[in-house]
Amino acid sequence: MRKILLPIIIIVVGLMFTFRLLFLQVISSNFQDLSLKNSVLKEYIYPQRGLIFDRNNKLLVTNQPAYDVMVVPESVKEMDTLSFCQLLHINQNDFKNKLAKAKQYSKRLPSVFVAQVSKQDYAYLQEKMWRFPGFFIQKRIIRKYQTQGAANILGYISEVNNADIKKDRYYKSGELIGRQGIEKTYEKILRGKKGVKYLQRDKFNRIIGSYKDNAYDTIPLNAKNIQLTLDIELQEYGMSLLTNKRGGIVAIEPNTGEILMNVSLPTYNPEFLVGRKRSKNFNQLQQDTLNRPLFDRGLQGQYPPGSPFKLLNALVALQEKSITEQTGYTCNYGHFYARNQFMRCHCEPGSFNTLNRGIYNSCNTYFAHVYRKTIDQFENPKIGMNIWSNHIKSFGLGNYLGYDHPIGQKGFIPNADYYDYWYPNQMWRGSTSISNAIGQGEILATPIQLANVAAAIANRGHYFTPHFIKSIDNDRIPLKFSAPKLTSIDSIHFEPIIQGMSDVVTKGTARIARINGIEVCGKTGTVENFTLIDEERTQLTDHSIFIAFAPRENPVIAVVVFVENGYWGSRWAAPIASLVIEKYITKEVRRPYLEKRMKNGSLLEEYAKPLSGIPFTINE
Amino acid sequence: MEFPLLSMNRKYFLRLDWVTLGIYLILSVMGLVNLYAASYSEGVDVLQLDQTFGKQLFFVLISILIIIGVQIIGSKLFERFSSIFYLTILLALLGLYVFGHTVSGATSWYSLGGFSFQPSEIAKVITALALSKHLSDFSTNINRFRDQLTAFILILLPAFIILPQPDPGSALVFFSFFFVLHAEGLSSRYLLSVVGAVILFILTLLLQPNDIIIGVITLAFVFFLFSRKNKKPVIQFLIVSGVTLVIIGYIFSVNYIFEHIFEQRHRDRINIVIGKEYDPQGIGYNINQSQIAIGSGGVWGKGFLEGTQTQGDFVPEKQTDYIFTIVAEEWGFVGSFVVIALFITLMLRIMYVSQRQKNSFSRIYCYCVVCLLFTHFSVNLGMVLGIFPTIGIPLPFFSYGGSSILGFGLLLAIYFKLDGNRINEW
Repeated sequence: MRKILLPIIIIVVGLMFTFRLLFLQVISSNFQDLSLKNSVLKEYIYPQRGLIFDRNNKLLVTNQPAYDVMVVPESVKEMDTLSFCQLLHINQNDFKNKLAKAKQYSKRLPSVFVAQVSKQDYAYLQEKMWRFPGFFIQKRIIRKYQTQGAANILGYISEVNNADIKKDRYYKSGELIGRQGIEKTYEKILRGKKGVKYLQRDKFNRIIGSYKDNAYDTIPLNAKNIQLTLDIELQEYGMSLLTNKRGGIVAIEPNTGEILMNVSLPTYNPEFLVGRKRSKNFNQLQQDTLNRPLFDRGLQGQYPPGSPFKLLNALVALQEKSITEQTGYTCNYGHFYARNQFMRCHCEPGSFNTLNRGIYNSCNTYFAHVYRKTIDQFENPKIGMNIWSNHIKSFGLGNYLGYDHPIGQKGFIPNADYYDYWYPNQMWRGSTSISNAIGQGEILATPIQLANVAAAIANRGHYFTPHFIKSIDNDRIPLKFSAPKLTSIDSIHFEPIIQGMSDVVTKGTARIARINGIEVCGKTGTVENFTLIDEERTQLTDHSIFIAFAPRENPVIAVVVFVENGYWGSRWAAPIASLVIEKYITKEVRRPYLEKRMKNGSLLEEYAKPLSGIPFTINE
Repeated sequence: MEFPLLSMNRKYFLRLDWVTLGIYLILSVMGLVNLYAASYSEGVDVLQLDQTFGKQLFFVLISILIIIGVQIIGSKLFERFSSIFYLTILLALLGLYVFGHTVSGATSWYSLGGFSFQPSEIAKVITALALSKHLSDFSTNINRFRDQLTAFILILLPAFIILPQPDPGSALVFFSFFFVLHAEGLSSRYLLSVVGAVILFILTLLLQPNDIIIGVITLAFVFFLFSRKNKKPVIQFLIVSGVTLVIIGYIFSVNYIFEHIFEQRHRDRINIVIGKEYDPQGIGYNINQSQIAIGSGGVWGKGFLEGTQTQGDFVPEKQTDYIFTIVAEEWGFVGSFVVIALFITLMLRIMYVSQRQKNSFSRIYCYCVVCLLFTHFSVNLGMVLGIFPTIGIPLPFFSYGGSSILGFGLLLAIYFKLDGNRINEW
């Protein structure tokens, strides 16, 4: 008995389950798919889309009602068409066309007559609706923004298209979906789950009441609010500093990877993509190929990183032991790196630069030597190139970073295969790609990648995948954001680099970035760049760039500023970065003169030059 | 070069329980197919390691490696070190109170890098080992109080550490080991008491406590009148009235626990299943939606990836606890029956295999394996089919979750090893 008790129970339970399934699936009709019945209409009830807050719990995105005027053509009777048209701001012809279109769809079913009337119009209409039989007002919910400052991060929602419906059966025609930005990444969390109401229909498809006393209805569920890592005050402040300039500011909290700001200018007001004028405005934004407001420079802009990249080359060289801190080279306004090949520098003739001076004076000669030595110290430049490339990639360059925003670019870090392709038969060595030494040449990186590099240096060798999500109501954020990623450089090598960065601000190229009481570590960049004018490669004014973190010990912010065609790194990028750091750490700015100069400075003339069609000078 | 697998005794290969292994592999593949359907809408590249399906596939492959690995190492290891394993896993469970990671309310996970790990899944396997070791010891006599106490502690200690996390589903699983004790000779009174307690529990909730107490007293009176009087009537009366008082006390405390200690969500779940409440919009949502999905599957199902209810996201937790709704909707009664039949065959097969074991450690372990599989299978399907209350517990080989997949992989891996070695173990 003891031995067969369990087998008997197993068989009994198995039979019980089988009969239950037989009952549910074959015998009972109660649970057959209600949606297949002609007599039952499934009506969906939507939960209010989740709200979005910034890191200090300031409300960024909320919802507002919008009102559609609907029509049931069958029920339309004789009425005062003229005053109706006046209320809706349409003319008599529109009225006829719209009514005809609605009739074409169905005489008995409601269709949209005028979508999303304004709140003021709604107030008038509501009182007079009784005079217009066959018309009624249907409410729906659209987004409302409490900030104008983060359109590129928040993204937008729009109606689902056929591709969306095919991809995810949850969606039905006419519903809204997060199309871009945070709205897209966290779509499932923000939208929740719609509820269902089953309604009984008659043979004309008219609704005659609820189906079986609402027994199968479900309530909408679980639209969750989310909190972003963004500091909206800092974000808006950054935007004001970049007024009339093109570029981006990205700031990250190094010990968490939380993105504090991601400014990209020119941008657009998020309200543009809400409401009746949405599609018109969207086309306008998309067609603006000069300002490209939909292009997120912080996440998508791939630029040569310029001098800040020297920091990485120094780290790789220390790690591979091709230099020590004391190694030094002489610079005479530059040096010959190959026969008849001269690389220019701004160091006085006879300058002798060690690692520290090399960094804070940003000496091209010094880093060209360092780079060549690193690549060529192995029996074969291929080995050196791949070692170098892997070190650089361990900082998150050359590939997608894995942050929670749907857009981005990989940037580019070359390896040995790349040079083998362009210089077959082993005809290359360190000096071939000498521009890589100073962050020019083949290398491309996006501002958020560089901000991540700054964070990795601030952390002395590791970083957290940058992310925008701080918390979700009753839920956890993805685990990958709390797992540190190690770079392949030992943390012991970071201190001399950080000393150099500190000296950049105290006695080097970016003294303008000094803040009383905060030890800022930074590195300027002045990046050569080219464009095609009449199919001819033309050099434009250098990009101004600055990467920094502060304070030196226990850093709380790592920031990258990128100003297109701003010339010296210390002219625009360094002061802007410095103001952002001061604002974030001390909450107030004690240098109003500098703030005013940045806000009022304009580069619009600079941007007009290549479009003017007449010869122009650069780097003024 | 020497491959440990190839150099292993060829006879060992022939002795391996290929039937069970075959059913395990079929169920695992079915599980993956259905999980693919459950996570279909989520992403394009489902093979990525951060995607639901990719992770699951990864863990299934790891489980197969574990099975192969366990066949290579010595079979005495598990018996010899079971106490060390047991202490280690207790520490791991206790550590959750300090280092644990909270997922949807339950602090049952350790998180490491991108993965999280649930030690209670492994604790089930290790408790099975420790219990087998204890019961198979030649000096253990299950009808001696001291040995009973040890066995109860072995079973209940992990259960009570897990219960307040809160994870009642995992804790419940440990109680199923009482079947093992019963099969090994524990007096039937214990099992009857447990079953009686559950029946009284449900009756108390269904009826008014006073009605039941009147019923119990009447029954006791009838029992007293008609029982054989081989003891003095006074003593007999004292015993019967004592037992009756204990039962009445139990009824009152159940009523008290239900009204005052249970949270509203627990009350709701139980009320809906025993039919006291009907509320398909609120708390009954899960049960109602899963039954609509199952019912809509019909005889033949709607086909792979064609389930409108499940793909439409109406069924909650469809990747984890409610994954059977995918089977039922997309493969219909036929597919569901095949899955149930496979599970029943698997459990009966292991039952059968347990009878051919020469040593009692292996035999008891086999029994534990069946108990674990049976509890998961019956509680999960009972919940999905709307027969039992909602208790979160995964369906073996189907539900999404690396710890669960690895736990059952390890459970069977040890089973294969012990059974494969039965010839060497006189």
